[in-house]
Amino acid sequence: MSILVDKNTRLVVQGMTGSVGQFHTEQMLAYGTKVVAGCTPGKGGQSLMDVPIFDTMREVVKQTGANASCIFVPPPFAADAILEAVDAEVPLVVCITEGIPVMDMIKVRRVLDSQDKTRLIGPNCPGVITPDQCKIGIMPGHVHKAGRMGVVSKSGTLTYEAVGQLTALGIGQSTAVGIGGDPINGTDFIDVLKLFNDDPNTDGVILIGEIGGNAEEQAAAWIKANFNKPVAGFIAGRTAPPGKRMGHAGAIISGGKGTADAKIEALEDAGVKVAPTPSDMGTTLQSLL
Amino acid sequence: MNIHEYQAKELYRKYGIPVPNGIPCMSPAEATAAAKKLIDETGNEVVVVKAQIHAGGRGKAGGVKVVKGVDAATAAANEIFGKTLITHQTGPEGKVVQRLLVEQGLAIKSELYLALVVDRESRRIAIMASTEGGMDIEEVAAKTPEKIHTIAIDPAVGLQGYQARQLAFGLGLSKQEQKNFTKLLVGLAKLFENEDCSIAEINPLILTEDEQVIALDAKVNFDSNAEFRHKAFWDSVRDLSEEAPTETEAKEAGLSFIQLDGNIGCLVNGAGLAMSTMDTIKYYGGEPANFLDVGGGASQEAVTRAFRIILESDAVRGIFVNIFGGIMRCDTIANGVVAATKELGLTVPLVVRLEGTKVDEGRKILDGSGLAITSAATMAEGAKKIVELAKE
Repeated sequence: MSILVDKNTRLVVQGMTGSVGQFHTEQMLAYGTKVVAGCTPGKGGQSLMDVPIFDTMREVVKQTGANASCIFVPPPFAADAILEAVDAEVPLVVCITEGIPVMDMIKVRRVLDSQDKTRLIGPNCPGVITPDQCKIGIMPGHVHKAGRMGVVSKSGTLTYEAVGQLTALGIGQSTAVGIGGDPINGTDFIDVLKLFNDDPNTDGVILIGEIGGNAEEQAAAWIKANFNKPVAGFIAGRTAPPGKRMGHAGAIISGGKGTADAKIEALEDAGVKVAPTPSDMGTTLQSLL
Repeated sequence: MNIHEYQAKELYRKYGIPVPNGIPCMSPAEATAAAKKLIDETGNEVVVVKAQIHAGGRGKAGGVKVVKGVDAATAAANEIFGKTLITHQTGPEGKVVQRLLVEQGLAIKSELYLALVVDRESRRIAIMASTEGGMDIEEVAAKTPEKIHTIAIDPAVGLQGYQARQLAFGLGLSKQEQKNFTKLLVGLAKLFENEDCSIAEINPLILTEDEQVIALDAKVNFDSNAEFRHKAFWDSVRDLSEEAPTETEAKEAGLSFIQLDGNIGCLVNGAGLAMSTMDTIKYYGGEPANFLDVGGGASQEAVTRAFRIILESDAVRGIFVNIFGGIMRCDTIANGVVAATKELGLTVPLVVRLEGTKVDEGRKILDGSGLAITSAATMAEGAKKIVELAKE
């Protein structure tokens, strides 16, 4: 078992025919993900790597029974792609695209909040992987190992870092979820923690946050009140200067809010063991098991 | 992205938001002419000379002068122009004033605060209004939060009349002021959405004796992600002298780069990894010279350029390349590093840690390059090594 994706996941890739979409579709297929369709308006009827392409998402769902989507559409058209997937009632939509305007995400989030058929992961995230079963996104598959630890993170590369460390320690993962570093996204830490809490095959979690916003503080409060499995944490940006946007649109300390120290304090107060450096995330979780 | 106050005010005018009559000036001589023109037009001797820099706190730093008459305006302009202003937002090095805004003086009855921001919690645009205008709003929020009135705009229906009224009553406005305030608010909300702002702040928003509501100051930041919708306009208002040249160069190459004070250059993929690479360098006693996230989609040329920016810095005593490839491929990074060092030479220690997508190809390229590279298996090991090497 796992959360969000498994061997029954049937994936459609929106934007499969672009260079990035194509490269990662190939990688996902090689990993064993069931990619059942691509969606590129105007290229319906063609196929790529033996995957049929459709013009619209409604057509994809009707013809292939896809139950998850991965979006590689460029920023100007990404919000539209997400909304088309929501309209087609695809249960899980993973948006990899980085650089979607906040104004677009405010509207997308409003639509997401008014329905209960679709969950969005991201945008600006590496995706979701259940090792040996299904990889949706851009993470390097080979660093993962099937097992019983969950990972949830705002940062793509730090997720790989955490997973790589666990694997090196011989500790496998149930599912690793990148929620993305944008200020407004589809799924937050608490949503994923709830799923891990209810998953009988997840025994512990690594939570990776970064400066900006207060999602980590909210997650800490929720963990304190509800979570019953061990959690190791890490917060990136301890040395980030205030007022500067550190790569991610959401990673900014403004008005003294969103500092790493405040987040670390909140997590520690909730019983989360916070790794002193990002190289210690794996061993920190190991010490709790 | 930041713009100047006078540019923000031009934008405000376009959306029907009242601002004082004013003229932007690129020299003290222009300021003299502007003061004369304003005094002639308004019949009011009082003018305000305001430094135009991309930072708040200008008043306290001596960058805003209220004066009477053309001669006094000239003197104020001469004093402010070319001066280095140091405020809590400029950093210790300060910012040199190269542009001025000369405005008509207004009789102020009271000062309010108004701001639109993207509120991450409600996931909407939030409007904050307060009677405590002219003050540092973070201080007001900390000491007297009840004096800040907040509403969130539902993107499905936009700003509603009752919301504007809620704020207006909260501010204790008269009937006429309420009417003017609502009109201004509707304009500002429209501006915020249409122009893809990340913040639009008026501090102070003033009330006059004749019940006018006027934006005495104006701050606008744009959401850089929306540049594709506004490229021509944003290019026309961008003031490159306000941005660090290396940051501008990096931006042109599609990289995210921030100059820092240390001596260890970092080239990393991913914002989280880039931040924690800085953290780790500091943990082992070093100081990062920069934040650099090459992102996922960077080409080999972009990586070359990134590496060149680091190499060209005089402060850099060592370089740490830390890559965990996902969307970014290790071979692309390796090719970029080799290309840049071939061109500029490598005189400082270089530690490389590669992992992830196409890692074997990447390592092969570096091994075959003949460069003096110290490799590291983990981020911690790499950080430790470069901190030691940079000290030698």
